[in-house]
Formats: sequence, C-alpha cells, structure tokens
Amino acid sequence: MQQSNTYIIVYSAVLTIILGLLLSGSAQVLGPWQQEAIALDKKKQILGAVISAEEIAAMTPEQVNKFYETRISSTVVDLSGAEITKEGITAEKVEIAKDYKKPAEERSYPIFIFHAEGNPEAVESYIFPMYGAGLWDAIWGYLALETDMNTIGGITLAHAAETPGLGARITEAKVMERYVGKKIFDESGALVTVMMQKGEGKEYGDDAHKVDGMSGATITGNGVNNMLKAYMGYYESYIKAKSTPKAAVAAL
Amino acid sequence: MSTETLENEVVVKPSEPLLSKRRKKLITDPLIDDNPVTVQVLGICSSLAVTTQMQPTLVMAISVIFVVALSNFAISLMRNTIPARVRIIVQLAVVATLVTIVSEILKAFAYDMYKELSVFIGLIITNCIVMGRLEAFAMGNKPYDSMLDGLGSALGYSWIILTVAFFRELWGSGAVFGVPVFEYVSSLFGPDFKLATNGLMVTPVGAFIILGLIVWVQRTKTGYVEH
Repeated sequence: MQQSNTYIIVYSAVLTIILGLLLSGSAQVLGPWQQEAIALDKKKQILGAVISAEEIAAMTPEQVNKFYETRISSTVVDLSGAEITKEGITAEKVEIAKDYKKPAEERSYPIFIFHAEGNPEAVESYIFPMYGAGLWDAIWGYLALETDMNTIGGITLAHAAETPGLGARITEAKVMERYVGKKIFDESGALVTVMMQKGEGKEYGDDAHKVDGMSGATITGNGVNNMLKAYMGYYESYIKAKSTPKAAVAAL
Repeated sequence: MSTETLENEVVVKPSEPLLSKRRKKLITDPLIDDNPVTVQVLGICSSLAVTTQMQPTLVMAISVIFVVALSNFAISLMRNTIPARVRIIVQLAVVATLVTIVSEILKAFAYDMYKELSVFIGLIITNCIVMGRLEAFAMGNKPYDSMLDGLGSALGYSWIILTVAFFRELWGSGAVFGVPVFEYVSSLFGPDFKLATNGLMVTPVGAFIILGLIVWVQRTKTGYVEH
C-alpha cells in the first residue's frame, strides 16, 4: 500500500500535535512539584556550604525547609555593597543564571546569612552564591565565609553538564572539603581567593590559597577558579564593609 | 432435494488467556535465552555508564521498563497506520516523548536521582533495545503481545544491569545501595583488618569485565554458541 504524500504529511502533523500536547500537558501537571523540588534542592545546596552532606541527607524535606527558615536570613546587595531595598527583589527570587548575562554593575547579588536559631544577629557564616562557566556548560556554587570574612567555612559546587568522572567531580564531598580552612585574602589584604591547582595528589596544607586539583579536569578547575575570583571580587565591597568594624574593634 | 444446508460450525476460538504459554514465553525468553544485553549484545552503552551504584541503576531499570513497554504498546496500536517512509521517525517521536515524560516525572518526584542520571535518561532514546524491539516485534504484532515482549526485554536488560551494578558498587566502593558492607565485614575481623576496594570497578573497564563474566556463566549454563 503506497501511501500518498498527503497522507504522510497529515499523519506527521497530527502525530506532532498529539505528542506535543502530551508533553506540554505533562509539563503543566508536573510543574508545581518540579518547582518545589528545585527550590528544595537550592536550599540544600546553600545549607551544604555550612553543614555536612550527611546531615542534610538525613533530613526530610520538611526538616530542611524548617531548618532553612530558622537559620538562614538573606539580603541582596549591589556591586558597591549597598543593600538593595527595592520591592520584589529578595535573595530567593534572584536568578543568578539570568543575572549573569547582565553587566556586573546591574546585577543583584544575593547573600545568605547563616545564624543561630531564631537570632539573626548571631551570625555564624556568610554564604555567597557564585556562577560561572565550566568546560561544557554552566557551573555554580555557594561559598561560606566565617565571620572573620576571610576563612572559608565550606563550599558547595554544582554543574549543568560537566563530564561524569572528570569535571563532574566538583560535586564530590572530597573535592569540596579541600576548600575548608583556606583564606581568600592574603597577608597584604589583597583578594587572591583560592586557586585549584593542575594535577591531583598533592597536599597544600600549608598554603592557604591553593587546593589540590582534579586529574583530567583542569579546564573545569580553571572555571571554578575564575568563578571564585570574579564573585569574591563582586562581593568585595560588602565583605570589606563587614570586616572593618571587627578590625576596628580588634585594633582597640 | 435436501434443503439442508450444512452449516459449518462456527468455531469460536476461545480468546487466548492473558498469560498463555506463548505469552509467558515472550516475557521469559529475553530473561536468559535471548537476553538483549548478553545474547543480542544491545544496550551495552548504558550498562557501562550508569551501573557504578545500585540506586541510579534501579531508577534507570524502572525508566527503561516503562519506556520499552509503553512504546511497544503504542507503536503496535499504530502499526497499520504508520506511513512506511517515515516509519523510523514516527517510532523515534513516540519513544522521545515517553522518555521526556519519564524525565519530567523524575524531575518532579526524585530530583536527586534526576540530577545524578541527568544525561542518561535522555539517552534511553538511543538504547538499541528500544528501537530494536519496536522494529523486530511491535511493527508486526498485536498491542498486548508487543507490550509483553517489551516488558520481557526490559526485564532481561534490568536484571543484567542490576547484577553488574551490585558487583561494581560492592567491589568498587564497598557498599550496596549506599550501605557500607565492607566496613561491617571488616569490623567483624578486628580493627586491623580492612577489605580493600577495587578502583577498576568504578570505571567502565570494571563493568566490561563483569559483563564478560556474566556472559561466560550464562553461556556455560545454556550452552549457547554463536555461529
């Protein structure tokens, strides 16, 4: 049965419409659950910079949400470190990926503040979101600084499409742990952040600005380095503003 | 003149029971005798890629069962209407839609697994088993039979990848489903005893080795020889 061209074209059109409806229908129906899952995942990533992965894994979604509500407050600043108080701009709403496309002066920079339960003044860490480019696609992360605004308390890294087993290793706990205890300012006060070195297997215990790399994933490692350097630069005004009162008090 | 007309007895064939012997065979054949991975050598790519741990492998197995069974059913329903010249494209469109739906469901209800499996769920479209069964069976058989055949092939694929994942996770990271088995066993023998893990098992090389061993054991038992 040789089918006519018209039949083929009409068939294809009808099939496309039906399948398209199925797909958009499922996206509509599943949309709310997906948003919830993504929001929960973002909270877990932010918390991952200050508490261990095991603790987070042991929590139910309700526990994660509750923990986040009581322990994390947020603010949004601009490039000069001044707080943005415009209506509708909250740290949770800022989409870093979209903001990344704007020039640095126009972006909103969210900051998440990890504090003692119920007491937003008793700050334990400052968490800074970062965004950058890996080898194939975007990478991002959350860097937690301790109250001295210099020592790294923890970091979460994530990626969109890095190679499994190579660049994707930035999400491994062992790799992220390398940053704990490193410092972003050197003795002279210059912002040097922390650089992931080429190659793997070396100990950089005594160097506060170097961490061991990932073998076979140098380009992703460079992406992480650039991301850290760029974003710590953007937040530098805020960081310096937060650290001067302490320095002034310490100097007394 | 006899006006008797001999009416042929209309023999009503009893409809085949849902799980008749023939249909059971559709499911059981691909498990061992005609296993898509070890005998037909299809679907090797994902067998190597996702089997480092048991949990993502289980999610992958369930996804493949869903996609293969439903796509077989759908294509078999449509088989008489599909224009011959766009046959493969139509099959691809149906499979791609199903895979996307699976991906969206995972994103909504199992976000962690979605992140871990990311690319590989989409790659189910390229899994030879899916298109293979569509072409070999669904295009020429009834919907229910096709679904059973798809189910059988997917089950055959699933048990193989779960076995590979079991050994890879056990020997490669000392755990099964995240439970640190090696640690427990080591602790039974005292503080100085430590079961070593094999780094090779975490790479695709290890998967190949285990797959090869499974094929060897299977062919020894079934006596299958390639000609």
